[in-house]
Amino acid sequence: MIRFEGVTKMYGSNVGLLNATIRIEKGDFVFLVGPSGAGKSTLIKLILKEIEPDEGEIFVNGKNITYLANREIPALRRSIGMVFQDFRLLPHKTVYENVAFAMEVVHSTQRAMRRQIPQVLSIMGISDKADKFPAELSAGEQQRVAIARALINNPMVLIADEPTGNLDPDTAWEIMKLINQINRRGTTVLMVTHAKDIVDRMSKRVVAIDKGRIVRDAWGGEYGYDD
Amino acid sequence: MIRGLKYALTQAFIQVFRNKGMSLASIFSITAMLLILGLFFFVTVNINIATESAKQQFNTIEVYLLDETSKEDADIITQSLLSMDEIAGVTYVSKEEAMEHFKDRWGDKAYLLDGLAENPLPNSLRVELVSLEDGQLIYEACRNLIGVEDVRYYQEEVKKILTITDFIQQGALIIILFLIIVSVIVVSNTVKLTVMARQREIMIMKYVGATNWFIRGPLLAEGMMIGCISAGISLGLVWMIYFRIVELFSTQALLLFSTSFVEVGFMMRNLIWIFIALGMSIGAFGSILSMRRFLNA
Repeated sequence: MIRFEGVTKMYGSNVGLLNATIRIEKGDFVFLVGPSGAGKSTLIKLILKEIEPDEGEIFVNGKNITYLANREIPALRRSIGMVFQDFRLLPHKTVYENVAFAMEVVHSTQRAMRRQIPQVLSIMGISDKADKFPAELSAGEQQRVAIARALINNPMVLIADEPTGNLDPDTAWEIMKLINQINRRGTTVLMVTHAKDIVDRMSKRVVAIDKGRIVRDAWGGEYGYDD
Repeated sequence: MIRGLKYALTQAFIQVFRNKGMSLASIFSITAMLLILGLFFFVTVNINIATESAKQQFNTIEVYLLDETSKEDADIITQSLLSMDEIAGVTYVSKEEAMEHFKDRWGDKAYLLDGLAENPLPNSLRVELVSLEDGQLIYEACRNLIGVEDVRYYQEEVKKILTITDFIQQGALIIILFLIIVSVIVVSNTVKLTVMARQREIMIMKYVGATNWFIRGPLLAEGMMIGCISAGISLGLVWMIYFRIVELFSTQALLLFSTSFVEVGFMMRNLIWIFIALGMSIGAFGSILSMRRFLNA
């Protein structure tokens, strides 16, 4: 599903990622952990083609994306669902329109939107918020909208960059349960996190990065270090 | 294609209303610019037309005939004048016609002339010159004709007027160009500020996988819509101001410069398309200018 083969990314003389090799299979649930500046963000940015690797090759959904023309990037991003710590909702669009935007981008019909959006909002438990603007929602509700948007086009992979970073522990755990559910339906999940208790409690595959190197890759792993 | 256009337009419409603050700021600055431009345009057109008509007045030599000179004698003089190469045409103007013409120019103040007991104007010949350079020569020739009372030719004035009109026309062109440049700068700065606020939105749209044109379309339509609204508002304001000025000062203008203002309706018909085109291109240009750096990032 996602494959890094000996990927290196340098920022001048600073290490972003050093000769990293990771293989994430379809249906995997992977936590990506490590101290700040270890290379977690670099890895995500490489998958989204925000930056170019210096060495190595990257595959997403079986497609080699190491060299990708600019005009092919939107299609790549549509095949990946993204969830961020700061939600990244469009502030001037309602909940419904935020989710609809992801469908408009792939040229869905209005009918398909009217059918699918209420469904996904219902799964996320925010059906009654459809006409609200992001500013009118709590942090947890906003993250649910973001996840709904990420999932609406049925992506093969969900990438979550510290999705619980701005949430209180109870809300964070609710969101984790949702993401776990999504994974059980077959969506591959790659989640960057600093939440030790969540990693320990979920007992999933854990990939740890430090100073740009993959230092650990274990199933049923634990967070494994103190921040 | 049609779907994309419809999407861009509906999105633009919704966003203009939702971003009231930003939309108002942009509308305000474009309106202000168009208003200044429009008023200046009105001033220029009026000055131009006044100077053109002044030029026409001086382009001819007025040959005033003695009261004893009959129409037949006048015809003979006309024939002899027309045989000269330097003369383009000769028109006989009877004293009655001269009076009519005079009244026309005074417009609704013509009743002031009704008080005259008898027509004091002489019959005359209006001699049109082929070129202004021959003015002096023809002037001398006309003066020596029999049956002529007086000849009026404003050579010095012609030269002065030519210099002044050239100066005014060139000056106006420079000022209009300057105003357009200033307005593009002001508007693109306003749009830049609004797009700074939009930067995050554009970034989010790209994360969701929107192509550049998918982001650009609605923003472009939004800029053009704002330009159009501004054009409408400034047209209304210009119309009101000009209408008021004409109403208040037409008498003074007539008495001071013996010329009347260009009609309001005529001005507006010309200005509508200029303004809509200008407003929409300023809006579109501003959007493109400010989107470029965020889209390529």
